[in-house]
Amino acid sequence: MSGYSAKAKQDDDDDRFTASITHQMLDAIEHEGSDVANPLRDPQDRRLPRIAGPCGLVIFGVTGDLSRKKLMPAIYDLANRGLLPPGFALVGFARRDWEDQDFAQVVYESVKEHARTPFRDEVWKQLAEGFRFVSGEFGDPAAFEQLKNTIDELDRLRGTNGNHAFYLSVPPKFFPGVVQQLKESGLSDGGPDAWRRVVIEKPFGHDLASAKELNEVVGNVFPPKSVFRIDHYLGKETVQNILALRFANEMFEPIWNRNYVDHVQITMAEDIGIGGRAGYYDGIGAARDVIQNHLLQLMALTAMEEPGSFDADSIFTEKVKVLSAVQLPENLAAHTVHGQYTAGWQGGEKVIGFLEEDGIAPASNTDTYAAIKLEVDTRRWAGVPFYLRTGKRLGRRVTEIAVVFQRAPHLPFTATMTEELGQNALVIRVQPDEGVTVRFGSKVPGTSMEVRDVSMDFQYGEAFTESSPEAYERLILDVLLGDAPLFPRREEVELGWRILDPISAFWAEHCTPAQYPSGTWGPKEADEMLERDGRVWRRP
Amino acid sequence: MTIDLTDTTSGKIAAALVQARLKSGSPTTGAVLTLVVATEERHHYDALKAAGQAAREHPARIIVVIERPEIARTRLDAEVRVGDERGPGEVIVLRLYGELSSHADAVVLPLLLPDVPVVTWWPDAGPEVPSADPLGAFAQRRITDAAEYHKPMDKLKARAFGYQPGDTDLAWTRLTPWRSMLAAALDQYPRKIVSASVSGEEGNPSARVLAVWLRQRLGVTVTRTADEGPGITGVHLVTESGPISLTRPDGELATLSVPGQPDRPVALKRRETAELIAEELRRLDPDDVYSRLLAEIDVPFTEPLKVAGPTVEAAAKEAAKLGEPAPVAVAAEDAQTALDALETRDAHHSKPDGEI
Repeated sequence: MSGYSAKAKQDDDDDRFTASITHQMLDAIEHEGSDVANPLRDPQDRRLPRIAGPCGLVIFGVTGDLSRKKLMPAIYDLANRGLLPPGFALVGFARRDWEDQDFAQVVYESVKEHARTPFRDEVWKQLAEGFRFVSGEFGDPAAFEQLKNTIDELDRLRGTNGNHAFYLSVPPKFFPGVVQQLKESGLSDGGPDAWRRVVIEKPFGHDLASAKELNEVVGNVFPPKSVFRIDHYLGKETVQNILALRFANEMFEPIWNRNYVDHVQITMAEDIGIGGRAGYYDGIGAARDVIQNHLLQLMALTAMEEPGSFDADSIFTEKVKVLSAVQLPENLAAHTVHGQYTAGWQGGEKVIGFLEEDGIAPASNTDTYAAIKLEVDTRRWAGVPFYLRTGKRLGRRVTEIAVVFQRAPHLPFTATMTEELGQNALVIRVQPDEGVTVRFGSKVPGTSMEVRDVSMDFQYGEAFTESSPEAYERLILDVLLGDAPLFPRREEVELGWRILDPISAFWAEHCTPAQYPSGTWGPKEADEMLERDGRVWRRP
Repeated sequence: MTIDLTDTTSGKIAAALVQARLKSGSPTTGAVLTLVVATEERHHYDALKAAGQAAREHPARIIVVIERPEIARTRLDAEVRVGDERGPGEVIVLRLYGELSSHADAVVLPLLLPDVPVVTWWPDAGPEVPSADPLGAFAQRRITDAAEYHKPMDKLKARAFGYQPGDTDLAWTRLTPWRSMLAAALDQYPRKIVSASVSGEEGNPSARVLAVWLRQRLGVTVTRTADEGPGITGVHLVTESGPISLTRPDGELATLSVPGQPDRPVALKRRETAELIAEELRRLDPDDVYSRLLAEIDVPFTEPLKVAGPTVEAAAKEAAKLGEPAPVAVAAEDAQTALDALETRDAHHSKPDGEI
């Protein structure tokens, strides 16, 4: 089983590789002053990796957690793997009063602490010459003028050739200001021979109206193909493996439909509370924070039809088809649940409840747990419920997709023989402990015939994870290459809100959040919700 | 957990493996391939370490085969390691004494994992025809390293003659970072190349392989300079408007210079064996590019090798064997000047090797 999936992964890589060759060849052909394809590129030569062309990355909000823990280490790891172009430039933009050296020191510390690959001096030297820092407010035209000068200077000194990506690692309320300034200072347009791209992080709005507004703001300045929305889940190897598992194999796809599948459970559980994010979290809640983007994306990948190819457009088309076919339950009270954690013992540690957290109003209705039932109205899935749940302060940190199959239509055994036999299941473990589990019945050794559930396990994990790239590495590289299959587009974001908005509205009007003790698997109302359908939640 | 088995058989080793797995509570194995390492006693520690690191990316059952024909009494000893802190997968170290040492395949065959591919790696000089070696015959991929032999070109030529799909050599693997950086440089600066030059450590097989690759892909004259290394020290692709140069004097940090653009530093460290093996394990299908290249490995270069050092005699013998012009000695500091002069000349009349 493991060999099989590893092969599938390899095939997946191959596809990406072919695509990138075409991409790079096209680039080469289009390049000014040239009418020859690169003679050193050979489609059969699959050792040569994709290296981004000359370019730079500008990070707004470079002092933030995400930037220090994920972005900077990912950039170093990319450089260490030889995937960044020579002369790559990293520009930090924030309100600190820093010089370039101070910024370099911050990057250095972040890389030392968080990078996945070993620290090497020569890689650091390659990178460090391209560090610049621009100090300023997000709304200050003078600071953006300074940024423009810095970028022009980098083009001159480092040969970034006018290609720059702007990573907005800032709260969404600053998006309009930053994007507008980028436009006014002429930074959003690099001219005919250079690209400018913008990278934004979730949340992409908090409902359909605000998402549209945000998309307008960004869309007025950058064309759709230059906007990269990061959903870091899509950069995870295991999530990409869903497509390999489904479409590179013969043994799963034939039963991947309503004839055999009873229901699907998609879970993303966290063991932590809201921590210091009260300001952001209150009024947003678990459903908007997680279901609208991550879980609906996982659901789309699980439920979509086979794409014509693995390019961005084909995958996007299939995902949109699934998301447009999603139906909400008629009775939202019976088939959705939201909840809040209360004080309790989380894994042996005493923790406070959500309403007691700093910065949370004592009467807050914000959900820290959400479970919803959705159906996909297609020939493949009609009548198969998809249960999506997420929550904070649950039993443990886990994300998984469980495809639960129907019971065998006939059992040539007596009831006592199969008392302990459950339903077959295929579980894709997204994190941690990445892998795939298949659960099926097996005879218990002994003289009598007795059948019990056993699990067969494929560990993507113990070995692969250590060497396999972080999600952000893959995503940043894709931004620099201009490769978009792993980024949700505007339509997907808006469809997500279209699905979630009626549920949020219903909760706001009709019910108060259910309470569940920290460290458990959610409120009893959620169990009752599945009981109504004659099903139970899987303990992940 | 390590289990030592003395005077044993493949069957007992297999049983010990199953036992060990059951005891450690993981009755399935996640290995995606079997890696057979055919080595000598003195090299087995380093080889095993490299294989173990490569197995972190590609979980494998590693079978190290050490032949000890000098011991008279025929015997098989084995060390079995499962769930080691060194990495996942299983390691079996086999020592074959006496007559048994010429029947390694009989010992290894029953220990190969079902279904998954087999890769054989010779960290030492290795056989001339890997696919004809008993330990290479059952492998989908056969990894040799010409640089481990004192006359690497002889090995490369012999292996070119006996090439079978699935053969590969680390002299080729080592070039990937150079090749990808050069290809990326041409992506960024697409111009017609009129000539090329490669400089590298004297006798370094990778330097020649790179020169052959450039000659094959570009169809231009490639000049070579032998210096003191380490490894490959520089590549120049000459265009009408000047050379695209990638130079790495210290084996770590390289500089990429492109006409009309600022010089850029590039990390281009010589890689550890483990990284090379991991790259080889990434794809297990035949490497067609390598096979095409190998076919031209002994096609003589038309330009004499420039030797910047006191060892012209040795290089002359090698050149005579390959039917190449006698090398010329140049002072180390003159090598670059000579190269520059040549580049200017070549920019005007380029003559592809194919014309001879």
